[in-house]
Amino acid sequence: MNAYMAYKVSTKTSLSVFKQRDFSVKRRFSDFLGLHSKLASKYLHIGYIVPPAPEKSIVGMTKVKVGKEDQSSNEFVEKRRSALERYLMRTVKHPILLKDPDVLQFLENSELPRAVNTQALSSAGILRMVNKAADAVNKMTIKMNESDAWFEEKQQHFENLDVQLRKLHASVESLVCHRKELSVNTAQFAKSAAMLGNSEDHTALSRALSQLAEVEEKIDQLHQDQANADFYLFSELLGDYVRLITAVKVRGVFDHRIKTWQKWQDSQVLLLKKREAEAKLQFTNKPDKLQQAKDEIKELEGKVQQGERDFEQISKIIRKEVGRFEKERVKDFKTIIVKYLESLVQTQQQLIKYWEAFLPEAKAIS
Amino acid sequence: MLKGFRSHDLCVLLQPRAMNVDLEMDATLQVDISDALSERDKVKFTVHTKSTLPNFKQNEFSVVRQHEEFIWLHDSFIENEDYAGYIIPPAPPRPDFDASREKLQKLGEGEGSMTKEEFTKMKQELEAEYLAIFKKTVAMHEVFLCRVAAHPVLRKDLNFHVFLEYNQDLSVRGKNKKEKLEDFFKNVVKSADGVLVAGVKDVDDFFEHEKTFLLEYHNRVKDASAKCDRMIRSHKNAADDMNRIASSLYTLGTQDSMDLCKFFLKVSELFDKTRKVEARVAADEDLKLADLLKYYLRESQAAKDLLYRRSRALVDYENANKGLDKARAKNRDVLQAETSQQLCCHKFEKISESAKQELIDFKTRRVAAFRKNLVELAELELKHAKGNLQLLQSCVGVLNSNT
Repeated sequence: MNAYMAYKVSTKTSLSVFKQRDFSVKRRFSDFLGLHSKLASKYLHIGYIVPPAPEKSIVGMTKVKVGKEDQSSNEFVEKRRSALERYLMRTVKHPILLKDPDVLQFLENSELPRAVNTQALSSAGILRMVNKAADAVNKMTIKMNESDAWFEEKQQHFENLDVQLRKLHASVESLVCHRKELSVNTAQFAKSAAMLGNSEDHTALSRALSQLAEVEEKIDQLHQDQANADFYLFSELLGDYVRLITAVKVRGVFDHRIKTWQKWQDSQVLLLKKREAEAKLQFTNKPDKLQQAKDEIKELEGKVQQGERDFEQISKIIRKEVGRFEKERVKDFKTIIVKYLESLVQTQQQLIKYWEAFLPEAKAIS
Repeated sequence: MLKGFRSHDLCVLLQPRAMNVDLEMDATLQVDISDALSERDKVKFTVHTKSTLPNFKQNEFSVVRQHEEFIWLHDSFIENEDYAGYIIPPAPPRPDFDASREKLQKLGEGEGSMTKEEFTKMKQELEAEYLAIFKKTVAMHEVFLCRVAAHPVLRKDLNFHVFLEYNQDLSVRGKNKKEKLEDFFKNVVKSADGVLVAGVKDVDDFFEHEKTFLLEYHNRVKDASAKCDRMIRSHKNAADDMNRIASSLYTLGTQDSMDLCKFFLKVSELFDKTRKVEARVAADEDLKLADLLKYYLRESQAAKDLLYRRSRALVDYENANKGLDKARAKNRDVLQAETSQQLCCHKFEKISESAKQELIDFKTRRVAAFRKNLVELAELELKHAKGNLQLLQSCVGVLNSNT
């Protein structure tokens, strides 16, 4: 299949780093995955929280590619478009990532080399597979002496947040599902009420039943719209943050920090061994070997210092990143949830309008 | 065991509630279910009567009855040939707490997987649901009795008076297997007959119209009732989700960072309140719309049964006519044939006359009940939507002013 969906990425900016103020490019889904892959490989291991890309869905995409022009395909494309938009927004909001040439290229270049590394299994899919194994191994082998209470506290905080957000997300997904069901069932009832009105032989009652059917039809559309708000505002917000927090904890920045610490420790252990070996060599008459040992020790001392610097650097960056992340999270939750509540307000206002219009019709039955 | 409530506000299916209609001799008859007790596998209804009819020993008295005894009374009406020309008030449905009990049991099993607070909330919801079903079954049994008491002929029925007054168990055991099988076959024969008779075009325009009308109406009410139930179930499911969302938000509110704590707690409170409103909306739709449709499903069936009985009488009458012609032609058993024909004629005319009135009354009752319920439905929907709106707006106001 050669057909693919292209998404139009439009940028409006006053930043001088860009050549124009207002421009658009076409990108395909794999381009987004490619961008994420590049950014992850460059920044994740030094402590930057790189926003994860949306997940691939082989089933969903196949239907669209086959040209199935139906509601579920349209919904799928809209879901994906929205997810890609949020992904990009998070990426460019990050002050370091925005300056990255890959990001600039992605936004500006009319042509991009085809990203080849986007396997059939999405990054999240592989993550899930390796996740469990990595977790088990990590927990067994690396027992880091956490001298910094801040990290332990934050780790715990993200663990708890992960559990709670997943739970909340599941409930909201259930609400979306039931609201959609409610919309469908209301529409069916509306049709049925219309039929009942048709067969009712008392004129005024017949009319009222038809009006009831009309009201219910309008209400079913209201439920459908509300279900969309439930999903795009509330559910996706939670889904995004569940994925973001995974990028922070597992195979994410906290893990990289532990690895960095491990590397530093390993160098230290090696240095100690080499120093012991050198001490032993002092008593033998092997000047060449002694010199080699001294050289190795000098190299290792450099490595140990670098290791310590790396560890301190990643710790510093993570602190800053987590601070920024939390600030963004607070803002996101507050803004989006309030927006969601406003959608609920609108629904109630509409409901009032519809029932107020119906009431006199019901009273008119005589 | 749930005990003790009044079901007055739920008896909304009759209009007007003919409680104090005077009989001849200035007598009154007022029936209601003053109390009810739900035991493990049965419900005990306290049937309370106030009457000035001379045949009762007292002016006011109560007895305890179970569902099977209501069915016995209903069946005795159906089987009574004298009542063939009336719409027999439909029997109340069997009290069914199975679904509710199952949910309560599932909740008990899942106790470990939710917070204590969540569990208490859900338990309260399910208990409220159980109570609502209980109130409904009482209302439906009461409506049946009220309809009988309001009917000019049925209210004088001897079995009805025994039902109301005899303060011992009526010993009407439920039908055994053999009797249930007999009923089944009776119904099969009836529906086959029904098809046969429905095909015969009626000479009388009024009845022809009623037949066409009722057949179609009954089917459409059935469909509307089923679709209404599904719609309400979805509504309840959505309200349950909001309950879970409220709990999750609450937990987040107690755990999260300072900036979001208050926010989550406020939104959790909102969801908790709005969820209660949504649950009430579903309950009111159930009461005003779903129950209305279910009731008229049963009543329209009873009206169809009346038409069927009339058609049967017509067929018998026509056959008797044919028999008379034959007898006259052969000049044999003419007197017998004449008597038979007269009996059939009389029966048919009697049924036709009362049936006409019954069907007119049925329409009046139906229109009035729909009007009352639709108006009340709209008013309640408005009340709840306005309440919900106020909750939402005040919460959004607080949240916006805090940021």
